[in-house]
Amino acid sequence: MSSLKYRTIKDKTFFYVTCFLASLTVVPLFAIIWELIKKGYKQINWNFFTESAPSTLDAMLARNTGDIIPGGIANGITGTLLMVVLAAIIAIPIGILVGIHLSEHPKTKFSYITRFLTDLIQGSPSIVIGIIAYAWIVKPIGSYSALAGSVALSIMMLPLIVRSTEETLKMLPGSLKEAGLALGASYTSVILKVLLPAAFGGLFTGILLAISRVMGETAPLMLTALGSTTINWDIVKPTSAVPLLIWEFYNDPNLIDMIWSSSLFLLILILSLNIIAKQIAKKWRIQ
Amino acid sequence: MVITNPILQLKDVSISYTPGKNAVESVSADIAEKQITAIMGPSGCGKSTLLRAINRMHELYPDIKTTGEILLNGKNILKTNPMEVRRMAGMVFQRPNPFPTMSIYDNVIAGYKLNGISLPKREKDELVEQSLKNVGLWDEVKDSLFKKGTFLSGGQQQRLCIARALSLKPQVLLMDEPTSALDPIATNRIEELLLDLKKEFTIMIVTHNMSQAARISDYSMFMYLGNLIEYDETQKMFTNPSDKRTEEYLTGQFG
Repeated sequence: MSSLKYRTIKDKTFFYVTCFLASLTVVPLFAIIWELIKKGYKQINWNFFTESAPSTLDAMLARNTGDIIPGGIANGITGTLLMVVLAAIIAIPIGILVGIHLSEHPKTKFSYITRFLTDLIQGSPSIVIGIIAYAWIVKPIGSYSALAGSVALSIMMLPLIVRSTEETLKMLPGSLKEAGLALGASYTSVILKVLLPAAFGGLFTGILLAISRVMGETAPLMLTALGSTTINWDIVKPTSAVPLLIWEFYNDPNLIDMIWSSSLFLLILILSLNIIAKQIAKKWRIQ
Repeated sequence: MVITNPILQLKDVSISYTPGKNAVESVSADIAEKQITAIMGPSGCGKSTLLRAINRMHELYPDIKTTGEILLNGKNILKTNPMEVRRMAGMVFQRPNPFPTMSIYDNVIAGYKLNGISLPKREKDELVEQSLKNVGLWDEVKDSLFKKGTFLSGGQQQRLCIARALSLKPQVLLMDEPTSALDPIATNRIEELLLDLKKEFTIMIVTHNMSQAARISDYSMFMYLGNLIEYDETQKMFTNPSDKRTEEYLTGQFG
C-alpha cells in the first residue's frame, strides 16, 4: 500500500510542478507590462500622440527643469500606419491568391516547392529581408523610403497570409464547392463567391496576426525606411516607425524616458490586435 | 420495356477512374420524361458515378475517362461545356449543403448570382417565392428570407437545396441519396415532395433504400459491379424481377 501512496504523491507533485512552470511562463509578460506602465505612463498624454519626437536639446532642457519630456511619437505612429497599410495592400492579394492555389492543387510539385519556399521566408532573419528590400528599392530609387520598408514588411507578412489562407480553405467542406459547381458556376466564381466568403473569418484572423507580427519589426526598417524626425506621408521619402523611434530613443541619453512610453504603446497595440484576432477566429469558426 | 420520347438517353456509357478498370460498364438506357427513375445497387456499384456523369460532376476527380454518349433532349452533354450541362441538369447531394454565407433568399437564386446573371428585383422575388413554394418551404421561411440558410433544420436545408436546383429550371433533377442524412419524418416530406415535383420535372434518384425506390419511383435500375443488370418499371421489378441477381438484392441476400 505504501507504493500506492508514493504514486499518488508522485502524481500530485507532477501536477503542481507543471502548474508552477505554466504560471512562470506568464510572469515575464506581466513583469514587462508592469515595468512599462510604471516608467512610461508619465509621458503618455495628448501630445504624445499628436507631436513628433522631441530634439535632444528640448529633452535635455526639460530634464534639467524636472519636467516631462515634451513631444510625442506622432511621426512614428503615422509612419507605422503608412508602412503597415502599404505592406498589407501588397501582401494580402498575393498571399490569398497563393493560398488559394496551394489549397486547390495541394499535391503538385509546384505547390510543394512554393510551400517549402514560403516556410523558408518565414524562417529568414528579418534583417536579411531588410537587406533585400534595400537592394531592390532603396538602391534604384537612391533614397530610403516608406515604400522600401513596406516591401520588406510585406515579404514578412506573405508566408503568414499564404499559410492561413491555405489552412482555412482546406477546412471548408468539399460539399460547398460541389454545390457551387453543380449550379453551373465557373471555378473562379465558386472560389471568389462561395469559398472565400465562407473562409472570411480565418483569412481575416491570419491577416491581423500578420499585421501584428510585422508592426513591431525594427531591423528591416533600419535598412529601408531609415527614420524621420517629422511626420511623412510620402512613400518615397524616409519615414519613421514606432519601433525605429524606440531604437533612436535608446541611443540618445536625453530621450531615454521616451523608451518606456513608446514601448508601452507598441505593446498594447500589438496585444490588442492579437486579442481581436483570437476573438474573430473564435466567432467565425467553421461549423 | 420501351420508353417513348425519352428526355435523356444513355448510350453505351463507360466510365473509369483508373485506366483499364471501368466503374461504369457500357450502360445504355432511356429515361422517361416527368417520371422518377431510381438507381439502386450495393455500395461501389457505380450508381453515383453514373448519376454524376449526367451533369459531369464526376469530372471533378482527376484522370476520369468517359466514353459513349449521354443525350439530353438529343444533345450530347459529353460534348457540351460542363457549365452549360450543369445548368440543364440540377443536382442535390447526400448532405444538405446550402451556402453558409448566403441568406435563404440568396441561396435560392445562387445559381443566377454565381453565374453572373442579374435579374430584375421583381423577377427574383417571384423566382424565390415560386421555387420555395415548389419545395413546400415558403410558408416556413417567408418571414426569414434574409436570414442565413444554415439555421434551418436538416430537412429544411435539403428542401432549400432542392429549391436552389429548381430555380434554374433544369430539364432533369439528379439526386444523390438525398435523404440518407435525414430523419424519417424529413425523409417522408422529401418523398412526398418528389411525387409532387414529377408533374413538372424529370427526376433521377440514387438510393440505398429499396423501400424508398419502391414507394416513389416509376422506373428502377439495378446496377451491380458497374453493369446495369436490370431496368424496368418499378412495379414489375419489385414483383417479378427477371434477373436472379436483382431478386437476390431485393430480397436482401446481398448488398
